[in-house]
Formats: sequence, structure tokens, C-alpha cells
Amino acid sequence: MGSKNGNRKEVTFVIFRGDKGRGEFKEYRVPYQEGMVVLDAILWIQGNLEGDLAVRWNCKAAKCGSCAAEVNGKPSLMCKTRVDELKEPIKVEPMKAYPHIKDIVADTSWNMRTRRKIITKVGFRPSLKSTFLMKEEDVERGREFRKCIECGLCIDVCHVLREHQLFDKFIGPAYLVFSAYLETHPEDTINRIAWLKEEGGLMYCNITKCCTEVCPEEIHITDNAIIPLKERLADEYFDPIKMLFRKILNK
Amino acid sequence: MSVGDKYETHSVDVLVVGAGGAGLRAAIEAAKEGVEVGVVCKSLLGKAHTVMAEGGIAAALGNVDPEDNWKEHFRDTMYGGKFLNDWRFALKHAQLAPECVKELQEWGALFDRTPDGRIMQRAFGGHSWRRLVHVGDRTGLEMIRTLQDKLLSFPNVKIFQECTVIHLFKDGNAISGALAYIRETGRFIVFKTKAVLLATGGLGKIYKITSNSWEYTGSGYALAILAGAELKDMEFIQFHPTGMVWPPSVQGVLVTEAVRGEGGRLYNAKGERFMQKYDPVRLELSTRDLVARSIYTEIKEGRGTEHGGVYLDVSHLPAEQVKKKLPGMYKQFLEFAGIDITRQPMEVAPTTHYTMGGVVVDPDTQMSRVPGLFAAGETAVGLHGANRLGGNSLSDLLVFGKLAGKGAAEYASSLTKDLKIDKDELERAIKEALKPFETKDGTSPYEIHEKMKETMQNYVGIFREEKDLQKALSIIEELKNTKVKVNGNIMYNPAWHLALDLKFMLICAEAVIRCALGRKDSIGAHSRLDYPDPPKEKYNHYVWIENGELKMRKEPTPEVPDELKALLNTPPSRKWEERSGS
Repeated sequence: MGSKNGNRKEVTFVIFRGDKGRGEFKEYRVPYQEGMVVLDAILWIQGNLEGDLAVRWNCKAAKCGSCAAEVNGKPSLMCKTRVDELKEPIKVEPMKAYPHIKDIVADTSWNMRTRRKIITKVGFRPSLKSTFLMKEEDVERGREFRKCIECGLCIDVCHVLREHQLFDKFIGPAYLVFSAYLETHPEDTINRIAWLKEEGGLMYCNITKCCTEVCPEEIHITDNAIIPLKERLADEYFDPIKMLFRKILNK
Repeated sequence: MSVGDKYETHSVDVLVVGAGGAGLRAAIEAAKEGVEVGVVCKSLLGKAHTVMAEGGIAAALGNVDPEDNWKEHFRDTMYGGKFLNDWRFALKHAQLAPECVKELQEWGALFDRTPDGRIMQRAFGGHSWRRLVHVGDRTGLEMIRTLQDKLLSFPNVKIFQECTVIHLFKDGNAISGALAYIRETGRFIVFKTKAVLLATGGLGKIYKITSNSWEYTGSGYALAILAGAELKDMEFIQFHPTGMVWPPSVQGVLVTEAVRGEGGRLYNAKGERFMQKYDPVRLELSTRDLVARSIYTEIKEGRGTEHGGVYLDVSHLPAEQVKKKLPGMYKQFLEFAGIDITRQPMEVAPTTHYTMGGVVVDPDTQMSRVPGLFAAGETAVGLHGANRLGGNSLSDLLVFGKLAGKGAAEYASSLTKDLKIDKDELERAIKEALKPFETKDGTSPYEIHEKMKETMQNYVGIFREEKDLQKALSIIEELKNTKVKVNGNIMYNPAWHLALDLKFMLICAEAVIRCALGRKDSIGAHSRLDYPDPPKEKYNHYVWIENGELKMRKEPTPEVPDELKALLNTPPSRKWEERSGS
């Protein structure tokens, strides 16, 4: 493991301070401790220098996905980004795809609205007759998608959302992962491909795989979630014979 | 500026405070009943600490061991709690847990499977059969997603993210509203509501080393006792036997009991498997209170590791099995400590984890003695007695969250009278909340918090004694009288949030210390060096506030009825091994 700063006594941070997009970077020097992560430094500054430094965090163990930010330009979870692997000064700023609230906190409320929209329109619908006897191999695919901790890093790097701000047209990588879970659930009964095309903006993704690269849960977002959804979309919309068969077999 | 400019008003029938497992489950049940539900969460939805629960949900489905049933689960829970549990809760819990797990499955949860396609179950400390429903070691995440998604499907539910309740209002004796603030703007919200359901989790943040996040400040306990409810058994704090110790950044972070459930072994620095000395029958899968004390004793007596822990080892298990059943732990140690647990041992030590005590509620409706005030999950008391079994908290919050949601909705529907919020009280509460901004010579809330955490850690830990507890009490008294000062404005200001949390944490700390002082015996999670013997008669502590002062009384633990007593004749053991080994 690299230890660029391993022997240092102090580490220099530059942190974005301000609200609603306005503000500036401020420099702080933080005592170094072995194994330190970026979030430790932020909390040290908060406890010792600037009590009102806004940061969102929760489990501090990379399990809840609250503390996403951009560290030295890279979208990361601050609780698992080790200081000794970073170049100084360490620059910390909020995720830029989302609207800004204060300091390094972004407004991620779009996440819940999007999830709720999917659930209300095309949520999980098992058959009333279902026995819920499911083999391990049948739930295996969905498992990967269930690892999503909704940190928002994939949304932060998605061009459709970050550059083009198409938040009202595209549900983004995280919620295509959620859709993929619904689609692969062995007891699910509905077909949500049309909805994903019309309302979910599935076509907008042009498979650059940026989302996969930043996923802290190492979900193969593009290969395992988005591409199979796109393939089904292509099947259903552009292959009339297959579509007819499906209708006849009711599958 | 008049107070009217400072707040917005929302009306609901049931206000659920907290969106971990208990709050979500309760809100779902209340929403099903058709009432208007408000859910307030201190963090974002889906981030609450239930997400950290790793091991599993205890429910006697009998899928792996067909001999298991509610009677067995009831017995294990009572033994685990040293019979200080309220048997009515233990009975309901054991009987209802299986159907609550099946509900989760019907709502989309993907639990690990048995070869014939049913829900898989694993062994855990203090459980006589393989009973814990799980998804590898990320059961909590699966559970919170399932509940969150179910909740979002109801149109009659409003969700207030990053919102914190700081005061409850009553009209006469009954609950009539709540005051909260929004983190983002610092603006206040007044909730007009017929029922408030507290599901705020525990109070781990009054300790220095804890598995809990910043949210666990005991606000539910404090709001309840300030509103006139009673708390019970606050001396029983569960120190989870295995938290991380190194590096300092992750000290206290949970190492799931599933590590031991899957076959992990504990060794001291001399390489001795020390649990053979403390519990030769159940070994590593003894109850948490006993394992935590054993680890602490090994470290105290000089047989600890370099960083002040003991070793927890799974390297004798096939690496593939470790990666499949404990993927979170594998990753956690690799990323944070640089340890490959398939080859190297983990270093662990006890960490403050869970509050067995809590708000006294009715076992059927989960309502406290204050009409309209409900509590569920870690915030309520009854099920766990002096020590909680692993896996029983996830089942607790499903079973009692559901009952509480139903109880609150039925109560709210039964009210016909219009409830009022006193304007003066509202003005006072807002003024009080803003006081830290006006204080001139005050102390930083971070400094007060540090002092409280050190105090609780050093003097109210696993082993307790009179002089330490008295010392802790006097420090807490002093901190209660320390003026808090914060800088900046009301927008997303963590110093201000902490200042408001501190008031609640100090009330909780005092309740814990007073109960610990009052219990001059050792039982379950409470160990007194000066009173090492168990109590002669079983009793519980009740705490309430009278004229601004904390009061306490003892009451005998409710007697288990004869027909259930018969179930308690044989103590728990690893029964599945006894069978397969025979």
C-alpha cells in the first residue's frame, strides 16, 4: 500500500466553504494519525477549528453511503479514502452533479424522489399465488444490485446528469441498478421495460462505464445492470417476431 | 422577527420519529391503516443504523433445524436476558417473528436460501438452534431497503429527511404535537399530530468507543421522559464483544457476531482459546455479556494484543466460505486495517452497542403511560431484560414496530377532539433551541461531548463500582450546568445540532448512572466489582422526572405464568451440534 504521507505529522487540506454554490476553498492543517481517512480529518476540523463545517456522514464504515464527496477531484466515500494514499494538499469539495447546500454537503433529495417514482409506477409485484421458494442460483443475480448503498457517486460521474443535468428525464445509474434488481427478482411479475424507455430514459446512457469505475460496492453497473436492460429493450422494440412469441407464451 | 416567521406547520395523524427498522416498520403499518403518516429521519432515508446490522434476524422458522419453534426462542430470550425480561414481550416476539420475516420476503427481500429454496438460517450466540435469517453479513441493508421501498409505495406518507425532533407538546395529558428543525435550512417545523411514535434507536454516542454513529444520542429516551413517560432498566448497556481496535480511525466499528456464528474462534496473545475457560459449553457462541467480559478480562490481565484487543480468527475456514458468508468483514478489514481475514486474525475488543433499557410501553399497543406517545425497537424496553441476544434486535423492531404502528394508528383514529399546541410553550421551546447562538461565554459543544464520552467510557463501562459511578455522576451534573456556545448561523450547522443533542445525551447519561448506582448486584450486562453477586430477587428499575428531577424506584420483575414456566426448565445450548454429534 502506498504511503506518500505515511511519516508526516500534519496533513494539509483545502476544503470548499460556502453555500448554494458560492464560496471558496480554505486551507486547514490536521494532525496525522496512522490509518486516517478523509472523514477523520473533516471531523477533526469540525471539533477543533470550525464547528459549523457542514458534512454529511453516518456509519463511518462504508456501509451507509452518506459521506460521498469529491476528494482530489475523484468522487469518493470520505470514510474509506485513506489520507496516506493521497497527494497534498488534499482537496475536498461536494459532489458537483447535485445542487449544493453548504460546504461539502450536496442536495441529494432527488434520489428519494426517483426511487419513489419507480416504486409507485413499476415497483415489485409478486404473484398472489407465489410460494417464494427460490433457489440460491435464482437470487444470485439480484444480489449484486442489492449491494447498492445509494451513495450517489455513480450519479455524480454520469455525463447525462453531471454535464447535461437531465435529472427529469433519466433515472441514472443507481436507479437502473434498482430496476435491474426488480427485473431479476424471481417472483416479480411485471414488465417495466416500456416504462424504463419512456419515463426512465434508459436510452440516454451511452455506456461510458464511468459509473462502474466509482462504485464503492464494485457493482458492475454497466455490464450487469444497464446493458442487459438495454438488450431487453432492443429485443422488445426492434424484434417483432420475438415480441409476438412473448405475447403468445405470455412471458 | 416573530416566532411565526421561523416555522412551518404540518398536520399528520401519526408522527414517526426515526427511520431505522422500527420506525419504517411502524410507519408501514400505520400507513396500511389509512391514516396520514409523517416520518422524520435525522439522516437521509435508508441510512439509519439498521443498515449496519450484519448478522441476521432471529426467527424460529425451523427451516434448518425443524425442532426449532417459538417455545425454544422464548426460552433462549429469557435465559439471555437473565429473566429480567418482561415475559409478555418475549412471548409475543417469539411467536410473531416468523411471520414478520415472511412479510419482508413478500415485499422483495432476497435472503440466503436453503438447498430446497427456503430461507436459510445460521447459528448465533445464546440461540439453541440455527435461527438467524440473513443475507451474508449485510442483513440490515437488505432489511432497510425492503422496508424503505414498501413505505415509499404508500401515498399517505410524508417523509422529512435530515430533520430532528427537539420537543413534544401535550394538550392536557395527551400528545398533541412536536417541534423539529430541518438541518439544511435550520428552520423549525411544528407538527400537529395525534400520536408520536419514538423509534430513535439507542444512546451509543454518550460513550467514546461505540459501534453507533453520530445519530444515536438517546433523543427518544429524553423526549419521552421529559413528556412524562417512564424509562426502565437504563443500567443495561450492551457492550458488543467484538469491535475493531486498529487503526484508531475505526476503533469501535462493529465486527459482526456472524464471524463467530460461522465458526470464528477467539484467542489471546498467548494463543489460548480462552473461551474454554469462561464458557466451555457454548464457547465463542456464549451470550454477549459473558463474551464481552471475558475479552475485557483477558486484556486487563495482560494477555491482550499489541493494540489492546484479542484475536478473532477465521483463517481455519475455507477462504471461499469466508468470502461468501462474510464479504463485508473481508472488505472492511482489507480496506481499513490492511488485514486479509482469510489468512490473518482480526484484532477485536468490546464496543458500546445497544441499550436494553428504554421507554416503558404496553406490550400490545406499544403506548407509554402518556396517551398518544408510543415507542418501538431499541427505544422501547421489555424484550431483552439484562442482556440482548444477537439477532433479537432485528426481530424486535419488526414485531414491535408493526404493533406500534397499528397501536398508534388506532389511537389516532379514535380521537375526535381537536388537539391544541400551546403558543407560549412553542415560543419558549424555539427560544431555548436558539440559545447557544446568543451565549457569550460558553464552551464548545464538541468539548462537552468529549468530556461526557470519556466519563462514561472510563467510569460507567463493562465493570462498575460505587466510587467511579459517583464520580461520573458529579461530572455529568457539572456538564449539565455548563453553558454551550456555538458560532455561525442556523443553516446546516453541526455544532448547533450537537448542542441540541447534548441536552438529551446528558439526561440519558444521568439515567444510566443512577440506575447503575441503584443496582447493587451483578447481572447480565451490568457488572459491579463491589457487588459481584446476582440479585436475590429479580427486579427492574423505573425512572421518571418529577419537578425537574430524575426519580427512580424498584419493582419486582413480572412473574412468568406457570404454563410458560415449564418451557424454561432446560438451559440453552448448541442443540443442533448435540444432535448431529450424537
